[in-house]
Amino acid sequence: MNRRDYLLRKFGLSLVTIFVVVIINFLLFRVLPGDPVRAVVGRNVRISAETQQALREQFGLDKPVFPDQFFDTLGQWAQGNLGVSWSLREPVSDVLMSKLWNTVLLIGLGQVFAIILGVILGLLAGWKRKTAIDVGALTFSLIAWAIPTFWLGIILLAAGSSWFGLPTGGIVSPMNVGKPLYTIIPDVARHLILPTFTLTILYLGEYMLIMRSSILEVLSEDYILTAKAKGMSHWQVLWKHALKNAMLPIVTLIALNLGFTVSGAIYIETVFSYDGLGKLFQTALTKQDYPLLQGAFLLLAVSVIIANMAADVLYAVLDPRVKES
Amino acid sequence: MNENWTLFKRNLSDFWKAFRRNRLGLAGAFLVITSILVATFAPLLTPHAPSDIIRDEGGHGLTFAPPSVHGPLGTDDAGHDVWSQLVYGARISLMVGFMAGFIAMFVGSLFGILAGYFGGRIDNLLMRITDILLVIPDLPLMLILVATIRQLDLKISPLTVLIAVIGLLYWTSTARLIRSQVLTIKERQFVARARAIGAGHGHIIRKHILPQIMPLIVANTVLILSTAILVESGLAFLGLGDPTQPSWGTMLNFAFDRSAITNGAWWFYLPPGFAIVWVTLGCVLLGNVLEEMLNPRLTAHHLEGDQNMIAVPAKGAE
Repeated sequence: MNRRDYLLRKFGLSLVTIFVVVIINFLLFRVLPGDPVRAVVGRNVRISAETQQALREQFGLDKPVFPDQFFDTLGQWAQGNLGVSWSLREPVSDVLMSKLWNTVLLIGLGQVFAIILGVILGLLAGWKRKTAIDVGALTFSLIAWAIPTFWLGIILLAAGSSWFGLPTGGIVSPMNVGKPLYTIIPDVARHLILPTFTLTILYLGEYMLIMRSSILEVLSEDYILTAKAKGMSHWQVLWKHALKNAMLPIVTLIALNLGFTVSGAIYIETVFSYDGLGKLFQTALTKQDYPLLQGAFLLLAVSVIIANMAADVLYAVLDPRVKES
Repeated sequence: MNENWTLFKRNLSDFWKAFRRNRLGLAGAFLVITSILVATFAPLLTPHAPSDIIRDEGGHGLTFAPPSVHGPLGTDDAGHDVWSQLVYGARISLMVGFMAGFIAMFVGSLFGILAGYFGGRIDNLLMRITDILLVIPDLPLMLILVATIRQLDLKISPLTVLIAVIGLLYWTSTARLIRSQVLTIKERQFVARARAIGAGHGHIIRKHILPQIMPLIVANTVLILSTAILVESGLAFLGLGDPTQPSWGTMLNFAFDRSAITNGAWWFYLPPGFAIVWVTLGCVLLGNVLEEMLNPRLTAHHLEGDQNMIAVPAKGAE
């Protein structure tokens, strides 16, 4: 399979997956009990029978579910119209956009720290195989895997707030609400410490494990032996020859991990009352705000699918073997 | 039959000889078995029902009381005994985890065997389904599914919904593993011979394929259990558990929502988490060791030409 076929196949699969997500979303929307008009205007808004009929016609709800309603809905979603949130009475897309960057900030910070630490620790563990560092790294990732994310968050929240006086939730202190961001950076940073730390621990284990096995594989290659025979020091071999080649799996793992990252954000934002998409998802869940839930699901799922495709493209560009075989 | 039985007994004792030298495996088995025992004998381990309100000598209900003579793990916000909730919660957490894990194992093995054995279209379909499921973020998908199913008013208990959703989403890794194993087994000579003498597909799968992959299925199931229990705890923490039958995740949901953290009630929010880690760590350790010992791919050369049900690893066997 050459590179073009590989990319085309991945692209096709991503399209199919997005289509599946859209169908799931559409079907779930339809099987909900009650009049679909309610899904548009909200459950508790009083409207007359005439208005109801007018809305029904406006949204095409008097037409058959398939194909008319399906393609109408599809068209609305494609234009970014995801309906109106029941609990917030605002367009779902506006609500989502207002929370998006908070989540991107949190996830981004957690990922950056986890990748840096994971690469360094994984490198050390693989290099010094079967020593205390290695055993420690493996034990850590095993335990980090077995700990429920939200419980780790709860522990760190309790410890951080009572021992270090860190804030227990939110993004800014009440007194700083509404001030321009650059004036309150220290305050925001203080709020970010605990959730970022939790996310870092959560993501770290996997990066460490992948880096470890990747470096072990690279170190057994012949060119490493050649480099050593040339008289290079261990550090030089690691830095100049091993690291670059061992990094390849990490690059793809970052994007492939995004689904897992999203789960982490839902738990962590809930525990730390962090005002992002994850917290929004949880609130929509408890308030049974279906338009909001489905809009959030659509946004999260489609971003993850696109990130996966990006990872495949990146992999094909970085790994010359995809081209050859 | 008798011959098979002797073979099975010999295999089992060989397996035990190797297993008991593996400290990680023993530790995992210990963690898993103790939790199952606690769940089974919950009523013997505590004098209270989880819903009993604990009162002091004066008859006042004890809320957020730290561990004392009234209860080894204190009480929650409503005065319930935390230790009783913990041991009864083991029943719910393990039940949901085990049932969901078994569904995942069954669906995954079925799909894996069919795809690996018949290949072609079934195989293609299976691989595309797993590709798609792999990419859709699982937690949001489960949350939206459970929330919608609940709203449908189908008179299904919340726990059944959880079991079904977890079980039907986490079978793909099992299916892939089993498929790749079946692919190699069906090329072996004994399968070709069976086919040559006219054995049907059902016979070959039951008598030749299944015995070979059974150990792998067992090991994989133990690993799936840990995922299922973790996922259940997460969904319950987010409020999708059954409040009338609290699992460990539901307990943590209560503790979090009813401000156990700001009240410093560590005896309320720490034990359920430790219990979850206890079981999942046990399953992961046990599952990994079993897979290492039983996966014929890892010890393939010991299996060549041998019909043993259980492969004995090179090290540790006599």
